[in-house]
Amino acid sequence: MNNNLKVLVNGIIKENPIFVLLLGMCPTLATTSSAINGMSMGLATMFVLICSNAVISMLKNVIPDMVRIPAFIVVIATFVTIIEMLMNAYVPALADSLGIFIPLIVVNCIVLGRAESFASKNSVVSSIFDGIGIGLGFTFALSLLGAIRELLGTGKIFSLNIYPEQFGSLIFVLAPGAFIVLGFLIAIFNKLQKKEANN
Amino acid sequence: MEIIGIIIVAIFVNNVVLAQFLGICPFLGVSKKVDTAIGMGLAVTFVLTIATIVTFLLQKGILEPFGLGYLQTISFILVIAALVQMVEIVLKKISPSLYQALGVFLPLITTNCVILGVAILVIQKEYNLMESVIYAVATAIGYAMALIIFSSIREQLALTRVPKAMKGIPLALITAGIMAMAFMGFSGIDQVFK
Repeated sequence: MNNNLKVLVNGIIKENPIFVLLLGMCPTLATTSSAINGMSMGLATMFVLICSNAVISMLKNVIPDMVRIPAFIVVIATFVTIIEMLMNAYVPALADSLGIFIPLIVVNCIVLGRAESFASKNSVVSSIFDGIGIGLGFTFALSLLGAIRELLGTGKIFSLNIYPEQFGSLIFVLAPGAFIVLGFLIAIFNKLQKKEANN
Repeated sequence: MEIIGIIIVAIFVNNVVLAQFLGICPFLGVSKKVDTAIGMGLAVTFVLTIATIVTFLLQKGILEPFGLGYLQTISFILVIAALVQMVEIVLKKISPSLYQALGVFLPLITTNCVILGVAILVIQKEYNLMESVIYAVATAIGYAMALIIFSSIREQLALTRVPKAMKGIPLALITAGIMAMAFMGFSGIDQVFK
């Protein structure tokens, strides 16, 4: 149990997919125009990550080594299709605003990366914990980025007013803001990590 | 007129990297040198055009007539993965010099979301085959252009002294942000072609 907890925390902080591993940049930049969009994208990816990690680690002895990558992709694509259909059915407005980035979870390097580097070598339970950890790390990063962009752009966080909207600068909600805010966030993360390493 | 509109919009207004955020990983990964940026740009153009034609025919010829629309994501990604492998094998046989030039970039393209993204977008926009191909080529040109401009800026930036924490990816992202701001100046010219 202790080991599983370590895997979980590892995914959130030490191997944070966005700030440390720098994987899965496309959905990170594209879907974080508001905190709620960023968080739901993170949760959708987490669902795919947990399910595909679990299934792949169950099948790891059955799948021949030569065709493992196509096999992993089929498993991942299955769960992406499931989440796509679920979102279209129950939260159509949200599915509309995330748009093409839901099917694109298939090519998110985080999911395939975890399947290859963790799930294909570890037990089912610790693969599930790895999925939760990495998924939470991803969701945390996306929500943070979304919240900062929403706050600077429109003066709100999760649609809650913080300061009047006319003081916000819209550029942070638009494309350039995504690049700039993420750039500064990674720089801050680098700085904090260096401090920790020095102590 | 409509065709010119599609081209201009795909290259400048809705630039695939700077406005639509597709293909960011290779955009940050292979943009340290201009040479590799050109190689990647060529490889994307080549694969994107072929992949769009094949997935378009798959959608109209098999998935839609048989009511299998829900298999779109799975079948497209498999076709693209197989296609990239095939292009690699064929290219090795027919044109070793081109293969040498594109070499390492080809396998990387499977995970490039531009390919799957454009394949799904042309279906969503309900383009016909002709328009889809033009859209794909224009998108690829926009991608190559952004990549080459970005890599030339990064070559210069590598020589400057910056705070340690900003070095590498953070600075690259901020540069891309300023580039995206410049590209926002193009928005609105698509109205001319309507």
